[in-house]
Amino acid sequence: MENGRSSSGGIDASVCEMAPVPAAEIAEICKTYGNDKHRMLDILRDVQDQYRCVAPSTMERIAEATGLTRIEVEGVASFYSFLSLTPKGRTSIRLCDDIVDRYTGLDAVTSAFEEVLDIRVGETSPDGAFSLEYTPCIGMCDQTPAAMINDVVMTKLTSETARRLAEALKSGQSPEHLVSDRFEALTPHERVTRMVDNNIRHAGDVLLGPVPEEAGLNHAAGITPTQIITAIEESGLRGCGGAGFTTGRKWRFAASERAEKHFVICNADEGEPGTFKDRVLLTERPHLVFEGMTIAARAVGASNGILYLRGEYVYLRELLEQVLEERRRRGLLGKNILGIKGFNFDVRLQLGAGAYICGEEGALISSCEGLPGEPKTRPPFPVNRGYLGYPTVVNNVETFCHAARILDRGAKWFHDMGTEGSHGTKLFSVCGDCLNPGIYELPYGHTVWEVLERVGGEDAAAVQVGGPSGTMIARDSFHRKLTFDDLATGGAIIIFNGDRNILEIVEYYMSFFVHESCGYCTPCRVGNVFLQKAIQKFRKGLANPEDIEYLKDLSGTIIETSRCGLGMTSPNPVLTTLQNFPLVYSAVTKPNKDGIRDTFDIQSAIDGARKIAKRRSYIFDRDFTQ
Amino acid sequence: MSELPKARIATASLAGCFGCHMAILDIDERLIELMKLVDVDRSPLTDKKRFTQRCDIGIIEGGCCNEENVHVLHDFRRHCDVLIALGQCAIMGGLPAMRNAIMHSDAPLRECLDEAYITGRYIRNTTHNVPNDPALPLLLDEVYPCSQVVEIDYQIPGCAPEGDIIFDTLSKLLTGRFRGFEREMIRFD
Repeated sequence: MENGRSSSGGIDASVCEMAPVPAAEIAEICKTYGNDKHRMLDILRDVQDQYRCVAPSTMERIAEATGLTRIEVEGVASFYSFLSLTPKGRTSIRLCDDIVDRYTGLDAVTSAFEEVLDIRVGETSPDGAFSLEYTPCIGMCDQTPAAMINDVVMTKLTSETARRLAEALKSGQSPEHLVSDRFEALTPHERVTRMVDNNIRHAGDVLLGPVPEEAGLNHAAGITPTQIITAIEESGLRGCGGAGFTTGRKWRFAASERAEKHFVICNADEGEPGTFKDRVLLTERPHLVFEGMTIAARAVGASNGILYLRGEYVYLRELLEQVLEERRRRGLLGKNILGIKGFNFDVRLQLGAGAYICGEEGALISSCEGLPGEPKTRPPFPVNRGYLGYPTVVNNVETFCHAARILDRGAKWFHDMGTEGSHGTKLFSVCGDCLNPGIYELPYGHTVWEVLERVGGEDAAAVQVGGPSGTMIARDSFHRKLTFDDLATGGAIIIFNGDRNILEIVEYYMSFFVHESCGYCTPCRVGNVFLQKAIQKFRKGLANPEDIEYLKDLSGTIIETSRCGLGMTSPNPVLTTLQNFPLVYSAVTKPNKDGIRDTFDIQSAIDGARKIAKRRSYIFDRDFTQ
Repeated sequence: MSELPKARIATASLAGCFGCHMAILDIDERLIELMKLVDVDRSPLTDKKRFTQRCDIGIIEGGCCNEENVHVLHDFRRHCDVLIALGQCAIMGGLPAMRNAIMHSDAPLRECLDEAYITGRYIRNTTHNVPNDPALPLLLDEVYPCSQVVEIDYQIPGCAPEGDIIFDTLSKLLTGRFRGFEREMIRFD
């Protein structure tokens, strides 16, 4: 490794320890963002993009420019997985390591990349050209295995296509060029759809059917903010990100808060594995998203908005910037919107940098403020004191789209769809073992079974509703309904057939939570590691019946004592499978007869000492003929 | 009481400082009372090195830092109906487990031995060698609390536990009256 660095350092500017980044260039980047410490994430993203890492000396420059200490800058830089303190390759390849990718040939794709690029996962090539790593779900579960190559997304990889891609990259082609040889000539929308399929399988009445342009906003402009909020309340709309808080109430709370400024934030940090509906809305209905945000802004009196786009969706940035620009040009954003005096609102994009936790409201706000994405203590709630201390409405992409449609068609129209308590339609992102993975817009109230018939997933043995933080159900629960009161979901429906190993899935999801815990509170940071280890014990066949009690106890503690929603839901893969697949667990547990723990392996425990002492154990290696 | 058959107990000190065994002696004159209820089998207190028969209660001081500790603990588990972990080292690994903190190393055990016998600032070891007599048991990769190696039935906390809690727990266990610790006995402030 050291050899590799020193030999390449002289010629290779991307190895930042060897070639310090000129202070002037860093100062220039900071200046682009007004030397504003709240734009730290943007500054660090730019530095990372340009110099492939955020080096210690760079952090000092950034700290000087923004008036922070180096350690504060490092706190941010080390938090996000897309920022690195050591140099990444000029081309950085991130393979999506979701369970669905694993079940559709990720291993073969990985070895193809490893072979051609001659590096292992987690390594950077000695000449600084490539780095290869795994990343959790990038929101492409309907077209697996997928990968991000710099800002470009590649989907439906096979070992052959992966090999071809790797060879083309090695021969010097740019990732964009691999999407299309006339990439530059394509419009942003064409670029996006060349990379990623939308897979809209069923369009419902609200979002994916025909949507008249700006009808909702035009209507909202003609009524008072209070009337807007009342309409949203009467529609029964609830947040579509997963938690399901009543949108109208949220807006009313924020509107009633007296403050100098209000903010509207759109949560497009769609990180829950198996969820990809926001990706499709942002691609196919970007105007509707911003229309909804603008309506919210009028309702609560906000003149500033932020769309927080997860780092994995950076390929959508250009398209969204173009849409924002167009809206400004058409007088739908900016000053005096639709010619109404004092109706001012504009939106900026905030890109994330690979942190699931930033989908949590408080963490998302922290991230927008240029801080590590750690949840905030509640209360105060964001509607009272959110972004920079101002009242803030944070809603999911889909929620804003619904809001715009409600303003167009009326509260009753929306309220009449779905079931009592769960009104309107919902986008379901379906993936896994079914014939037609993709997006389905359906009214609330369908049973799981009805959805499975529609998607061609009748031979499902298990369905994960709502992603890892949701519920895993077995065939005997397929009659349950997709509503807030029965099976709540932010949209993810992941289907597993009878060949899949439930415990493998559970262990994968626990490893996901271990990776994504922000580390602030101990129950979540440590508890999830213990849960994962306990599940490994089951998988190895070393578990005793009392370990089932241990799983329940520990899960209960994590749920009760964690600081935010991540820890409060992270034991769900364990708890819901214990409940719905009890036989899976009891099949691999056996009572311990002699009280000696099978999990303690004396041979591996003394192996190190055996090598140091260069002798065998008198007690445990009795057979010297070995 | 004399007509009751006496219970058999055994004790062992693994990776501990022998303080917990000293604490057993802190029972003071109540030892006489206790001895009316029990016979002591394998134990440093009797200097019996092997079990003479099956025991009702085994008391373990210290965690497992080497293979011999594991061997002894297995032996105790096999020969005792009830196994008690006595004191922090047996329960959590205690002070010896500080070496588990050497975790960001490729060879933590080697690093630990080097510091203890060769490179440590206050080491005077003219041989510059790590002791390696064939009679020395091999060290484990880390120090394990007893409950990770065998099933433990009861834990008596403290470093070292006070004579009172040891006496109280043992006498209640022996007469089938143990229902958990009194709160005053396990508070440390």
